[in-house]
Amino acid sequence: MKAVHSAEEMMTVAAARSLEGRRTCFVGIGLPSLAANLARATCAPGIVLVYESGTIGSKPDRPPLSIGDGSLAATADAVVSSAEIFNYWLQPGRIDTGFLGAAQLDRYANLNTTVIGDYRRPKVRLPGAGGAPEIAASCKETVVVVRHTKRVLVDRLDFTTSVGHGDGPGARERLGLRGAGPVRVITDLGVLEPDPETRELVLVSAHPGTDPDEAAARTGWPLRIAPDLATTAPPTPAELGALRALSS
Amino acid sequence: MAVLAALPEALASAVHDGDSVAMEGFTHLIPHAAAHELIRQGRKDLTLIRMTPDVIYDQLIGAGCAAKLVFSWGGNPGVGSLHRLRDAVEHGWPRDLSIEEHSHAGMVNRYVAGASGLPFAVLRGYAGTDLVDVTDSIAPITCPFTGERLTAVSALNPDVAVIHAQRADRDGNVQLWGIVGAQKEAVLAADRAVATVEEVVDELAPVPGAILLPHWAVDWVCEVPGGAFPSYAAGYTERDNDFYMAWDAVSRDREAFLAWIGANLLGDR
Repeated sequence: MKAVHSAEEMMTVAAARSLEGRRTCFVGIGLPSLAANLARATCAPGIVLVYESGTIGSKPDRPPLSIGDGSLAATADAVVSSAEIFNYWLQPGRIDTGFLGAAQLDRYANLNTTVIGDYRRPKVRLPGAGGAPEIAASCKETVVVVRHTKRVLVDRLDFTTSVGHGDGPGARERLGLRGAGPVRVITDLGVLEPDPETRELVLVSAHPGTDPDEAAARTGWPLRIAPDLATTAPPTPAELGALRALSS
Repeated sequence: MAVLAALPEALASAVHDGDSVAMEGFTHLIPHAAAHELIRQGRKDLTLIRMTPDVIYDQLIGAGCAAKLVFSWGGNPGVGSLHRLRDAVEHGWPRDLSIEEHSHAGMVNRYVAGASGLPFAVLRGYAGTDLVDVTDSIAPITCPFTGERLTAVSALNPDVAVIHAQRADRDGNVQLWGIVGAQKEAVLAADRAVATVEEVVDELAPVPGAILLPHWAVDWVCEVPGGAFPSYAAGYTERDNDFYMAWDAVSRDREAFLAWIGANLLGDR
């Protein structure tokens, strides 16, 4: 049976698959939370989900509206203070994967969630940093989920809120950032990964039915496309069923 | 020493125009009723401190109570923007709002330093971000033992901390549990502290994982059942997600916001 899926569902399934084999995930709210809970229902059944509200090992029936929803605390292995979650659990590098979104992302997967336009008189005041800078700095790896448009994948960030691969090779080491940084960016069109040498994001997989040229056209820098470009495996009926059960 | 008081009297004594006020509660136990009382009392020029400004500060900012905001994430969780916060920053309405912006880790460590009687805290953070350039309370520091470059953030010592908790006893010992955020640190960092509680009881039964703030660390305790609404108090009330979603439309429009404040807080007809 071939399941029909939306671009949004493909993006969430691809994001969930990134957690296969991981033990722990620091989860942002929204799409990352949906993807992390899908992973728990499919490819990573034992994964420990950590939310910045201080809940460790949350097992909600359905993705919460906010990181403070009662279901996250009620289903957690432990609930700790804000100081403890950031200082004891995140900062020392105990968490395998951090899941992040962003309003802007550049070719080195640096992220902006602070402002569009000038900082002092912004065109759009975004929510700000939250836990993202330290998630980006200290998780063993991060995965970023964003919609693929020229407004999001930009040539230059208006503000650097969270550091990915900085200005290229060696940047994270120079800054003292101990995690490996972004290993994958998942969009509704495909999957981008940093080039091992230059650290610049390269389109390595196109989602089924999408055109890599469209991905390039919707990217604010000249997007490199991997010579051996793969096609993302479409969602299986099991993945799609689990996702729809979570979001219903 | 805590005194049991009515909320209007407690806040009139605790919070004055121009004070720095931390109303903490990380997505849980948010002291909304106290914020509404500050709006009713017409407090002005406050420096509002909070990791997640949330709907509570959207209301205080839109009502013109704030001159400055110290924060780390200013959104309506799971919904979108805080439009009153955005209107103040983007257009200076109803007045200019200066901002001092951190990450969550930075903010919570600033409270830890304040509660610990230290001038600053140290963390691994901010390196390579533009936050370093726009926020004066962030500075690089070298570890005297290893030579490692780390980041210092200055202590937060608010004039007043305001929290909501599940319950207190008649001596004013305050007990809270569930997601406990940075309330303990905010109370201990502040010069004065006000706790609203769901109920005052004769005896505080122990609860696993609960925090107890002793009566001599809190100045006023006010019984305000439902005082976190539309946030919640685990074991007592549920988060009203519908309110948070409906707030988007109210907050988006200046007139709708003023009408909401008038009808719900100021008793306009």
